[in-house]
Amino acid sequence: MEREPVEPGTAATNVLERQIAGLDALEMANRSQPGPLRRMWASTWPVLAAIAIAIAAWEIVVLSGWKPTYVLPGPTQVFPQLGRDLTDSSFWAGLGLTMRRAVIGFALAIVVGVLLGAVVSRVRFLRVAFGSLITGLQTMPSIAWFPLAIMLFQLSESAILFVIVLGAAPSIANGLIAGVDYTPPILLRAGKILGLRGFALYRHLILPASLPAFVTGLKQGWAFAWRSLMAGELLVIIGHHTSLGVRLEYARENIDTQDMIAVMIVILVIGIVIDRLFSAADRALRRSRGLDPS
Amino acid sequence: MSATTREPERTTAPPVRIDGVSKAYGTGGGALLALDKVSLSVTPGEFVCILGASGCGKSTLLSIVAGLDRPTLGTVDVGGARVGLMFQEPALFPWLTVAGNVELALRTRGVPKAERRRRAAELLAAVHLDGFGRKRPHQLSGGMRQRVAIARALAQDSDVLLMDEPFGALDAMTRDLLHDELERIWSERSLTVLFVTHNVREAVRLGDRVVLLSSRPGRVVEEFPVPLDRPRRIDDASVATLAGRITDRLREEVGRHGA
Ligand SMILES: Nc1ncnc2c1ncn2[C@@H]1O[C@H](COP(=O)(O)OP(=O)(O)OP(=O)(O)O)[C@@H](O)[C@H]1O
Ligand SMILES: [Mg+2]
Repeated sequence: MEREPVEPGTAATNVLERQIAGLDALEMANRSQPGPLRRMWASTWPVLAAIAIAIAAWEIVVLSGWKPTYVLPGPTQVFPQLGRDLTDSSFWAGLGLTMRRAVIGFALAIVVGVLLGAVVSRVRFLRVAFGSLITGLQTMPSIAWFPLAIMLFQLSESAILFVIVLGAAPSIANGLIAGVDYTPPILLRAGKILGLRGFALYRHLILPASLPAFVTGLKQGWAFAWRSLMAGELLVIIGHHTSLGVRLEYARENIDTQDMIAVMIVILVIGIVIDRLFSAADRALRRSRGLDPS
Repeated sequence: MSATTREPERTTAPPVRIDGVSKAYGTGGGALLALDKVSLSVTPGEFVCILGASGCGKSTLLSIVAGLDRPTLGTVDVGGARVGLMFQEPALFPWLTVAGNVELALRTRGVPKAERRRRAAELLAAVHLDGFGRKRPHQLSGGMRQRVAIARALAQDSDVLLMDEPFGALDAMTRDLLHDELERIWSERSLTVLFVTHNVREAVRLGDRVVLLSSRPGRVVEEFPVPLDRPRRIDDASVATLAGRITDRLREEVGRHGA
């Protein structure tokens, strides 16, 4: 017997269709969120409060007369100094030098970390042999690399970059490896059914699935890179370049504690701002995938 | 049996042959026999529903037919047909939009970009999700996600479509409508469908044949041809009568384990 054509376009079906649209609308509703200003305020005020408390504590210690003010100046002396620094072009030149090193070093670390992570996560033998070694490398304090770096590259930019890469690349590689490892098996099965193979499998499934873990690795890698760079600038002083680290060291030598603390604040703020940027990227990424409960 | 009386020119794809398939998970004393010598032959263009209690190995059987798992014993032959599988969970890619998920299935088949867009919109309309293409999967309800998975499975344009409890998470109204839609697509494309369900009436509503599996290990207990004319409705008296008979047999089978 011939299969009879099935005709769904009856009046009854149209009513059903409208009802389904109604049901779907009900399910989609009630997902309102607080406005952006309110959310920004909610995340900002604890930070502002913490800063205020820290500054107050600092001022109290200074007022207590524990140390003379040329050793430990208070906020009322340091912030004006910070203001003078921020209007001084040589300060910006130094900051520019430091940031250039940070960017180049971090970029190199990404290249090395991604290559390392890609190779190790693909090759089973390497995975076993080097997987735990990479994690072990992360525990190495970056400053301990400097004697070797200086032997290899003398007091040069290369020595600093070498240590930044060694500090940051393991975290970045680990992030990538974790992402590849934790690609949900059900998605891998779905990808196989869809016919994703070889390069397409990586492009459309494994890489996007690993992205959140990779960004977490980048964030951690940045923290290591920034610390390595600061250690490097204190140890490897090259000629007349006044980077942030060198400025810090000169300030100590000249017993210019106000400037020393001002530079420390700048270093802290840069570290925090960039960490926040990575956190924001991480959150946006997770939220767009429904991984974030908020 | 209606399947054997169908005209042969509709049936271009080769049949699906499941031959003595057993699947054991684990080895030695702790091994669990999920499937025990399951044999099933599905004619091209046939709609076969597989019924069985929870845990009887239905998903395992579909994975094996799809080539995702290997049987411990026995063989599966799909004769080179393209096999699509819709998983029990939606398994959508969370970084893609709803339309993006459907388009990816078209893309791996080499459908050009403009065409992909159009086809994805059509398929989403077929599962009554027009207007939701730009949402992310997590913004939809479970039932809506399941419908996206149906659209994605249809986008693969396979010869054999395996569906693992596709309508389990849907409310009755949506489910009835999708029964019509699936039946229409099946008859237009002369698809071969292997459809797993818990719902006996649904099996009778859709299937040319209903295959009943036993639990632990899964074996084919009995096959019920469905000699009812299409289109059917799930609340037809004839559907209910046959479903009643199958339910009795299923109860008997489940009862064996209680004893
Ligand atoms: N990867 C696995 N490892 C070990 N045991 C498994 C695995 N997958 C399934 N099983 C077991 O095999 C049996 C059959 O599982 P399967 O998922 O195929 O059942 P099902 O019929 O699809 O059940 P449901 O109706 O609940 O979806 C179950 O007892 C399950 O615990
Ligand atoms: Mg199952």
